[in-house]
Amino acid sequence: MKNISTIAGKELRGYLNSPIAYIIFSVFLVITGWYFGSYLRQINYDDTTIQGFLIVSVPCVLAFAAVITMRSLSEEKKMGTWELLLTSPVSDTEVVLGKFLACFGLLLVLLLLTLFYTLLLFILGGAPDTGPIWASYLGLVMVGSSALAIGIFVSSLTNNQIISVVVSGGILAALWGIGFAVTYVPKGFQQLLSYISYKSNFNTFDIGIIDTRTIVFFLSLTVLFLYLAVRSLETGRWN
Amino acid sequence: MEQIKTADKKSLIKVRHLTKYYGKRLAVDNISFDIGKGEIVGLLGPNAAGKSTTMRILTGFLMPTKGDTFIADCNMVTDSLAGRKHIGYMPESVPLYTDMTVRDYLDFFARLRGVPRDRARKRVNEVVTLCNLEEYVDTIIGKLSRGYKQRVGLAQAIVHEPEVLILDEPTVGIDPIQVSQTRNLIKELGKEHTILLSTHILPEVTMTCNRVIIIAKGKIVAEDRMENLSAVTKGSRRLRLEVKGPSDQIIRRLQRIDGVRKVSREGNYLIVESPINIDPRGQITETIVKSGWTLLSIESVEMSLEDIFLQLTTKEENPE
Repeated sequence: MKNISTIAGKELRGYLNSPIAYIIFSVFLVITGWYFGSYLRQINYDDTTIQGFLIVSVPCVLAFAAVITMRSLSEEKKMGTWELLLTSPVSDTEVVLGKFLACFGLLLVLLLLTLFYTLLLFILGGAPDTGPIWASYLGLVMVGSSALAIGIFVSSLTNNQIISVVVSGGILAALWGIGFAVTYVPKGFQQLLSYISYKSNFNTFDIGIIDTRTIVFFLSLTVLFLYLAVRSLETGRWN
Repeated sequence: MEQIKTADKKSLIKVRHLTKYYGKRLAVDNISFDIGKGEIVGLLGPNAAGKSTTMRILTGFLMPTKGDTFIADCNMVTDSLAGRKHIGYMPESVPLYTDMTVRDYLDFFARLRGVPRDRARKRVNEVVTLCNLEEYVDTIIGKLSRGYKQRVGLAQAIVHEPEVLILDEPTVGIDPIQVSQTRNLIKELGKEHTILLSTHILPEVTMTCNRVIIIAKGKIVAEDRMENLSAVTKGSRRLRLEVKGPSDQIIRRLQRIDGVRKVSREGNYLIVESPINIDPRGQITETIVKSGWTLLSIESVEMSLEDIFLQLTTKEENPE
């Protein structure tokens, strides 16, 4: 546990000392903020809701995950520093979990910042329905953690950050996009696609339902890809 | 094949029948050696001889295809985590987190290798002093020159006070003054650590090590203490002759002389090797004169470590 926090702490400091985290945070807040505001304007402020934010939140979180994880392991590979990491008395699992926790911490900070939208509704005298809001935030944490796990796994396969971000971005976009494809495929496939689609899994949170199936879906994705990342490090030793 | 479960008490590094394939390419071919506590051993060999691979397996970074390695009695395949605690390692490329300061970098690795927080802080100051990095301790590593980066790499390897130091080409790519500083530092470290260093630079071995293991094409071709290797140097007498006459015939005749081990050509000269206890010079001159050839010069030449090395490592390519 101590090793995980040592690695996570070092990673977090690395992110916060480089401009990349701040740039991503800013872009994220500008896009989601703009959608949040324009949605309210569209419905003529009839309702106080963060629906505008939620519409774009999932693709934004996915993009965040792809970008923030691109350097996590591929940078170590490229710089050769993973040779030091993997010869320190730290297990491969601890390395991967440390990396994951740092990214997860950034995700939480990012989502905390967006709580400002909800706060704003209260400040301006609205009475938003908090149930769906909390459920949606839980959903975003779930979506985010599984996306980070996928990003870290992809990053463990290459020493090129660009390849890493493009491939994990592609996978995540596909997992999101198949949600739109559901209506265009034969009946038999529809259910299958909606099971693995980020969009349909997130939509239940969106309307305030916390469904165990979706929680299990996101958690198993997270565990699966973190496990694959560990295996990928191990395989490197035997090549 | 013998099975060795635990390593000898006195040996801190034990390698048994180590073999490593990269796909189909054989990188390390069934090598075995021991390194005792307090030794400084040089792993000498040309590029791509298998030095780095051997070291990467010793540190647990790579797994062997066959064979076992032990660090401080820990099997590096089955008990790698325990073994890694005893190792300080500087890879050939001297990898560094270039966006960290020297202090943060060293502190990170000290903590990662189990040094408690307070001790780590003190220890970082100690190694910074030892490696002459005081001036740059709060500098971002990316801004340091190559020589200083090398020192940070070395400091990283010793920050957790490991028993065993594994240094892959510790003096490559730095200027001559820094090279000599680094060698002195290694010698200094050798008083408290057991060191295995790899190099393809011969004088480095002579200067820093008390034993050398020479490898070529993944195999150990020689292994001895430095004194003995120098004895080999002296144990073999080399004569350089300049003879006027048909050289093929001369070589054939000289080879027949008692005590002559080997005759080879080196430019216009002939090199005759013989054991140290036999002096064939009388017979050689006699043979040459009797055959009607002209002996222009004959002189003794010392066999350097370089010669031994070349002989051992290029044997297969130029059978003579």
